[in-house]
Amino acid sequence: MTAWMNHLIVAPVILPLAASAVMLLFNERRRRAKNAISLITLAILLAIAIALLAQTVALGFSGNSATRVYLIGDWPAPFGIVLVADWLSTLMLVLTAIIGLFAMTYALARWDRAGPRFQALFLLQIMGLNGAFLTGDLFNLFVFFEILLAASYGLLLHGAGAQRVKAGLHYVAINVGASLLFLIGVGLIYGVTGTLNMADLATIIPSTVGLDLALLQSGFAVLGIAFLLKAGMWPVGFWLPRTYAAAVPPAAAVFALLSKVGIYALLRVYLLLFGGNVGWTGNFGEEWLLFGGIATVAFGTIGVLAARTLSRVAGYCVVISSGTLLATIGAGEGGSLGGVLFYLVSSTLGLSAFYLLLELVERRDAEATVQAIVEPVFDDEYTGVAPGHEEVEEEVGIVIPATIAVLGGGFAFCALLLAGLPPLSGFIAKFAIIHSLINGQPGIDASTWVFVVLLIGSGLAILIATSRAGIDLLWEPSDKPPPALRLAEAVPVGMLLLVCLGLMVFAGPVMRYMDRTGQSLQDRQGYINAVLSAPRRSPEAAS
Amino acid sequence: MEVVLALGIGIFTASGVWLILRPRTFQVVLGLSLLSYAVNLFLYAMGRLRVDAPPVVGSDAAVDLAQHADPVPQALVLTAIVISFAMTALLLVVLLAARGLTGTDHVDGEEEQ
Repeated sequence: MTAWMNHLIVAPVILPLAASAVMLLFNERRRRAKNAISLITLAILLAIAIALLAQTVALGFSGNSATRVYLIGDWPAPFGIVLVADWLSTLMLVLTAIIGLFAMTYALARWDRAGPRFQALFLLQIMGLNGAFLTGDLFNLFVFFEILLAASYGLLLHGAGAQRVKAGLHYVAINVGASLLFLIGVGLIYGVTGTLNMADLATIIPSTVGLDLALLQSGFAVLGIAFLLKAGMWPVGFWLPRTYAAAVPPAAAVFALLSKVGIYALLRVYLLLFGGNVGWTGNFGEEWLLFGGIATVAFGTIGVLAARTLSRVAGYCVVISSGTLLATIGAGEGGSLGGVLFYLVSSTLGLSAFYLLLELVERRDAEATVQAIVEPVFDDEYTGVAPGHEEVEEEVGIVIPATIAVLGGGFAFCALLLAGLPPLSGFIAKFAIIHSLINGQPGIDASTWVFVVLLIGSGLAILIATSRAGIDLLWEPSDKPPPALRLAEAVPVGMLLLVCLGLMVFAGPVMRYMDRTGQSLQDRQGYINAVLSAPRRSPEAAS
Repeated sequence: MEVVLALGIGIFTASGVWLILRPRTFQVVLGLSLLSYAVNLFLYAMGRLRVDAPPVVGSDAAVDLAQHADPVPQALVLTAIVISFAMTALLLVVLLAARGLTGTDHVDGEEEQ
């Protein structure tokens, strides 16, 4: 590994931060320059993420430890800040980069003009996500959570309008509250253990006893609530469908990934600290995840059937996806982690594509909906596009023929993907989950049966809801001409769906990667050793 | 000192929780601010309460760590203060926008019937 390859780990955090800082120097009218910078940055991020993933695969499948540690400022591990790139982190980085790049491309057709500083906020959002996936430290996890949340507040309010501001008020208030819970949890954990480095925590926690144990467990419980709130678990996830429905489509596409950050944090913290089968850490909070997840899937299923707009349907699909992941993690079968991760990737990509697509589908009768661009509330320096300058460009764009056929095809693809019907990747993911839950168990719990039935039922509900909406929006004869579909909007959606198709076609190798990731998550000692014995770079540190 | 601090955190939290459950946006913002004060004090207390102890180790050779306060919670509190301050400012802006767009200061944007 060459020297600069080591620094590749920190690039997904630094690069978008620098790019978004540069962006603030440009006048709001220099749209083209800003768009170019953000697209180039996101493309480089995708390349970096893929390089890191390739590194993981090369290291991991050749028998070495795939966990690479980056010591910021070269401080030794439990004292300094560490970034950790391992199987799970690199997978999430790639997922972030793919969704970020295509959502941004989509936004360039129209949505970046709905308000000021869209590109800068978007890149900050990506930076927060990347940071949260890379950090190996609880407090830095908090800081990156705040960065991605702060950017998401801006993105949610992008485009303004009463609907967005009302949803934004709830969203900001709820998330500020959740951040305070996060801090309380972090405080309790620090008070008991004296460290916040996750690897260090994993070595200290099993030996906690007595009163300290009670404090530590309450600390993790409070922390867990903060994670679950972000993941949208019932009963703390009521904010989710409404908020996501109010956001502009490219922002909503990234938000679909945002709710998975809670799941990621849970996977990372929970499996590292409470894996194993010994002592109290073996089954801490398991049944909460299982029953909470089951309730979430049930809530999402009812919601999907009751939703009357397509964006609400998508919101409840996010809820169902979160619930499925939570319940499967809670069911606690180590073998199901591969399926969990496959489902996470497949459903996130599907949901992002769905959010991008549904605005195109709904555009035909979108006069009075939320999606319309409204005048900004605060008229600061933002003056929209320069008159007569770039407006022309909007009219030109290549208009795709047979719009309805393309939209309908994409819509049907998304619906099948989300409902989990064969042969698409959603089916493979659900099959992997159910297979690992049922297979090889001497007796199957009643709760597992309930969950499996709900998992299949939720797919049916999604199918009913999407076909109802699809018939209504696409097939119902209308006097209006079909909406103009621009290439810049169709291509990103198509690319996202193509990635899903790739997941299906290359299901074998992908599943092998996911299974390996699941194993690495259970290999706690490997992670602990890699982080705590990470070598320092400077010559004098060698002594 | 412990009693005073514990009471302070408790009163801040109780008032904060009551306020964020109120229907007016400004009350919610105030409630979140009070809660963030409580959380900051709490974080600070998690490094154990010490009086007259410096958090920074000097350069002299013999350092007795027992004579020093834990610097980490102080750094954490500083970060937390900055973040919650920024978020409160943002929330105030959203509050004003909501008031302007909906014409009411109810958190749901419409008065209860």
